[in-house]
Amino acid sequence: MTTIRHTRLSGLEPLVLTPDLLFVNVGERTNVTGSAQFKKLIKEDRYEEAVEVARQQVANGAQIIDVNMDEGLIDSEAAMVRFLNLIAAEPDIARVPVMVDSSKWSVIEAGLRCLQGKGIVNSISMKEGEEAFLEHARKVRQYGAAAVVMAFDEEGQADTCERKVAICSRAYELLTGQIGFPPEDIIFDPNIFAIATGIEEHNNYAVDFIEAARELKRRFPSSHVSGGVSNVSFSFRGNDTVREAIHSVFLYHAIKAGMDMGIVNAGALAIYDDLDPVLRERVEDVVLNRRSDATERLLEIADNYKKKKGEAVVENLAWRDRPVRERLSHALVHGIDQFVVEDTEEARQQCTRPLDVIEGPLMDGMNVVGDLFGAGKMFLPQVVKSARVMKKAVAYLLPYIEAEKLRTGDVGKNNGKIVMATVKGDVHDIGKNIVGVVLRCNNFEVVDLGVMVPAQKILETAMAEKADMIGLSGLITPSLEEMGHVAREMQRQGFTVPLLIGGATTSRAHTALKIEPHYKSPCVWVKDASRAVGVAQSLVSKDLVDGFMAKVRAEYAEVRERHRHRGPGKQLVPLEKARAQRFTSDWAHYEPPQPAKPGLTVFDDYDLAELRDYIDWTPFFQAWELAGHYPAILTDEVVGAQATELFNDAQVLLDRVIGEKWLTARAVIGFWPAANVMDDVEIYTDDGRVMLHHLRQQADKPVERPNLCLSDFIAPKEYGKRDWIGGFAVTAGLGIEPHLERFRVDNDDYSAIILKALADRLAEAFAERMHERVRREFWGYASDEALSNEALIAEEYRGIRPAPGYPACPDHTEKTTLFRLLDANANAGIELTEGFSMYPAAAVSGWYLSHPASQYFVVGRLTREQVEDYARRKGWSREEAERWLASNLDYDPD
Amino acid sequence: MTTLPWLHPDRVAQLEQALRERILILDGAMGTMLQGHALDESGFRGERFVHGHDSAHEHSHPGGCDLKGNNDLLTLTRPELIRGVHEAYLEAGADLVETNTFNSTRISQADYHLQHLAYELNLEGARVARAACDACTAKTPEKSRFVIGVLGPTSRTASLSPDVNDPGFRNVTFEELASNYRESAAGLIDGGADIVMVETIFDTLNAKAALFALSELFRERGARVPVMISGTITDRSGRTLSGQTAEAFYYSVSHARPLAVGLNCALGAADLRPHVQTLSDIADCYVSTHPNAGLPNAFAEYDETPEQMAGVIAGFARDGLLNLVGGCCGTTPAHIAAIAEAVRGCAPRRLPEVAQAA
Repeated sequence: MTTIRHTRLSGLEPLVLTPDLLFVNVGERTNVTGSAQFKKLIKEDRYEEAVEVARQQVANGAQIIDVNMDEGLIDSEAAMVRFLNLIAAEPDIARVPVMVDSSKWSVIEAGLRCLQGKGIVNSISMKEGEEAFLEHARKVRQYGAAAVVMAFDEEGQADTCERKVAICSRAYELLTGQIGFPPEDIIFDPNIFAIATGIEEHNNYAVDFIEAARELKRRFPSSHVSGGVSNVSFSFRGNDTVREAIHSVFLYHAIKAGMDMGIVNAGALAIYDDLDPVLRERVEDVVLNRRSDATERLLEIADNYKKKKGEAVVENLAWRDRPVRERLSHALVHGIDQFVVEDTEEARQQCTRPLDVIEGPLMDGMNVVGDLFGAGKMFLPQVVKSARVMKKAVAYLLPYIEAEKLRTGDVGKNNGKIVMATVKGDVHDIGKNIVGVVLRCNNFEVVDLGVMVPAQKILETAMAEKADMIGLSGLITPSLEEMGHVAREMQRQGFTVPLLIGGATTSRAHTALKIEPHYKSPCVWVKDASRAVGVAQSLVSKDLVDGFMAKVRAEYAEVRERHRHRGPGKQLVPLEKARAQRFTSDWAHYEPPQPAKPGLTVFDDYDLAELRDYIDWTPFFQAWELAGHYPAILTDEVVGAQATELFNDAQVLLDRVIGEKWLTARAVIGFWPAANVMDDVEIYTDDGRVMLHHLRQQADKPVERPNLCLSDFIAPKEYGKRDWIGGFAVTAGLGIEPHLERFRVDNDDYSAIILKALADRLAEAFAERMHERVRREFWGYASDEALSNEALIAEEYRGIRPAPGYPACPDHTEKTTLFRLLDANANAGIELTEGFSMYPAAAVSGWYLSHPASQYFVVGRLTREQVEDYARRKGWSREEAERWLASNLDYDPD
Repeated sequence: MTTLPWLHPDRVAQLEQALRERILILDGAMGTMLQGHALDESGFRGERFVHGHDSAHEHSHPGGCDLKGNNDLLTLTRPELIRGVHEAYLEAGADLVETNTFNSTRISQADYHLQHLAYELNLEGARVARAACDACTAKTPEKSRFVIGVLGPTSRTASLSPDVNDPGFRNVTFEELASNYRESAAGLIDGGADIVMVETIFDTLNAKAALFALSELFRERGARVPVMISGTITDRSGRTLSGQTAEAFYYSVSHARPLAVGLNCALGAADLRPHVQTLSDIADCYVSTHPNAGLPNAFAEYDETPEQMAGVIAGFARDGLLNLVGGCCGTTPAHIAAIAEAVRGCAPRRLPEVAQAA
């Protein structure tokens, strides 16, 4: 006969799991994946308050506390160690055992190394096979802990009672049979899944768990059964009363069956008998899957129990019972593509022509989307998701429509056709793609020519396609010039269709001053994707176009007028005066730091997982026109829900990008001896001297504020110091094409755009990480620097990494020199386009400067005098200089 | 790890046989005995360390270090003194002697800039004790003597912050401790220790690092030696320095499936009794204790007499709490002789039957 041994855990005090404990509460609030509040505290480094959360948990009756730091933006290992060390110093917390919770083994191990008591690992499983499972279990034993064993095997997570029991039994046999793992230190987690989701297969999940618990406890009386209880009520998030009732009822039955441990919010457990009887009965129907309409019946009354305001997000599929038109509309508004093909087929059978499906239910749905978007009740990511549904429906219908066309010669009507392109020399297209999607949603036909499209190709396509308008996009400053060129060509070749201008560096002023004057037909700057539909509709509407254009033209005329009469105060100083007021340092006593690793260093395949923690997410949301700073944006009153959804979708994709290695990150960095010669930097390479050219601020500044030029931060040649300059080129975009193509084939613009935006973020993160390593290792002048990601983003470090084409060094053509020095094409796989844009687009390049006073600044406006001086230094004609520096000219070139 | 064979199966068999038959006697204090020799600085240095550093090894800074007080170093400089102490305890009736390696870890020896000696100190410490035991057993072959290789606590704590302003700070990591202990334990085993004892545990996390290191070492060697674990209740609060109760302490280390668990140091036998009782009630393994000779007096001396101490211990034995007993700070061969006499004839504590379940 087997003697039952009790599980014996400890913090500062013992916790023996005897049967009279009945149920062990594991506090869940110190888990970043379960508590937004705790996550926020950890992310904001507010550990003192985070420790208070743990204290409250224990005070509220948690007998064990679950600590989880699994968050992409947190250094989980460091956070786990820091938090466990802090609570170790609090006797009223440390008295209970700790459950170290992570999906990453390294985090678990780091946590175990902080526990003097006997804790619990949450969790280990056979998902990566028996060998890894046993290896982890053996380590758990060596560290002296018990283990939660998830019902997860090589095939996946168990959902039925049968699989749960089978997997747990197999795990038990392996653990006790092969490595002598004590049965009492095994805690099964047979997976608690959400019920009442509206999906029929989910209805029995609670019953499956309860029955599995019963069988496991029967087979393995020394072991335990646990689970994350809050999962079960997930579909009622936002309605805490109903959620707590579900937890209470679920636990009531599960505990009777043998569940004897659970991760719960110890302070918020309703008592089964205290539940409102009506609510309890309907919850019980749902939990025990007692009737087929249980979910509906609970939904009927759920709202009556809602606390405070704040909407309950009830996920269910009741909408599937509605007529097909309404279902399509629902799917479009909510961006659900799961059923769209079957619904579209059903609608097609009901319509006389396949085109009627598009012009009827689908367009109706998209109109609702458009209205909500226009009213600010929907946000861009949702619209793009809606478009994905639309595209899938249309793709399904297309063969039928083609067949219909052949039969009848009938062609559907749309709002108009637009030819869109990112102009020559520029590879950036995230914004353009979003505009394309939004226009398609609004029944425009979009011909997208992609990136780096020469003017002539745009114009020929527009002619061949009989386009109703042309849209140009670009991100980098040389693109502005190219857009002006396209406008002039359109005028020259007799075009009359409207021209739309968009992209990050474009502006109303630039369009008014530099583009619109060259094209007599309508030319309109489109501020962002949300304006694109309004502008396009106004332009194609015979009724609206004249009034609209009159307004636009008046506006632009006014901009030009203002520009001509710019007031005083923006006066620039002569170059000589600006140079006299340069930044200087005590150069005679300055010792330039010598790079630890001079010359070139190449990184062929950098670990993307490492870069993830360096991502600055705020620009990611900007790409989607969601305004706000990360992470505050996730809880923003207006866009928070959207931002969170988008962020979560991005995390899922990012997991795959990293896990399945979709992208390859490469980089090259280098350091060269350098000296400052007036506004240039002379650098010394094995192949001789190379000159870097820079521009100087000419604003009229008070004496204490120097007129900066980047070269000022390098020791002047006459001091004879051995100073250095560094350069870098990084990309995280290699290998992106097949994945974009797959999304394209799948009509999934939403994922494609997220992927591009993620690649951009990774490239920026790579640049940030590389700069950090340069400071610490490769140049090594700040070997002891230790900054958080927030501090990195806030640039709280010594040294800068300005990029050619950006405000401190606005001349894009200097990239040629940089790329030659780095041999960036061969070493990092990055090409320069003729417009000095980098390809892959997810790339960053620039200079490294180490002087403690070096800083980012804006060169700003330039006088003709400096442009002429710069042209001389570069070996250009003045006209050439004016073309490349067009955005910075303080005068109208001849 | 528990499935590994014993490194010296016959020694373990003899030990287990003896444990079933009677209460085994541990030795007493090493430091107290060495104080009697009143060694000065040159007495500690011997020839090899005549300049205050290891003449066989590069020293990290010019000049020497004071080595007086580095008792473990005497294993190398005055091995005959150490052997003498072991012999005195064996003659007093000890079945097991503890190696002179309490501070023979890199971390502790770094105080003297002698961290490179860690392995050697343990190796030689075990050899000296081995030689003493073997010589004694040769004289009286009916009784086996055993060498306990000692792993001390080090001067650092892995779960306590030395900085009151930053409770999250640590001046040593689990990994550092584990690697220290692994090196020292390898020396002990190579020198012939029959048992390894992690003792005077102030901070259970340090002990867990030691146990982790031992399990790694055993796996590497493909064989294990029995492990003893002895914690220290630091004062009458009844907790370890790191805050655990005796019961919590036992649960924290029981995964190592020790031969014995016990308590030593800090308190006299009378004050230790309730905690030894606790261990005796719950432990699946044998229970040991080696208390101090009372609490230190105003001159930091321990003045509980052999008779007084043996009187208290006799009560432990009568009540069936003990499997192994000896002395810590302030105890002498006279104390050990008195204790051996006091427990003779008392049945050893019986192991609880559930221990072998499942």
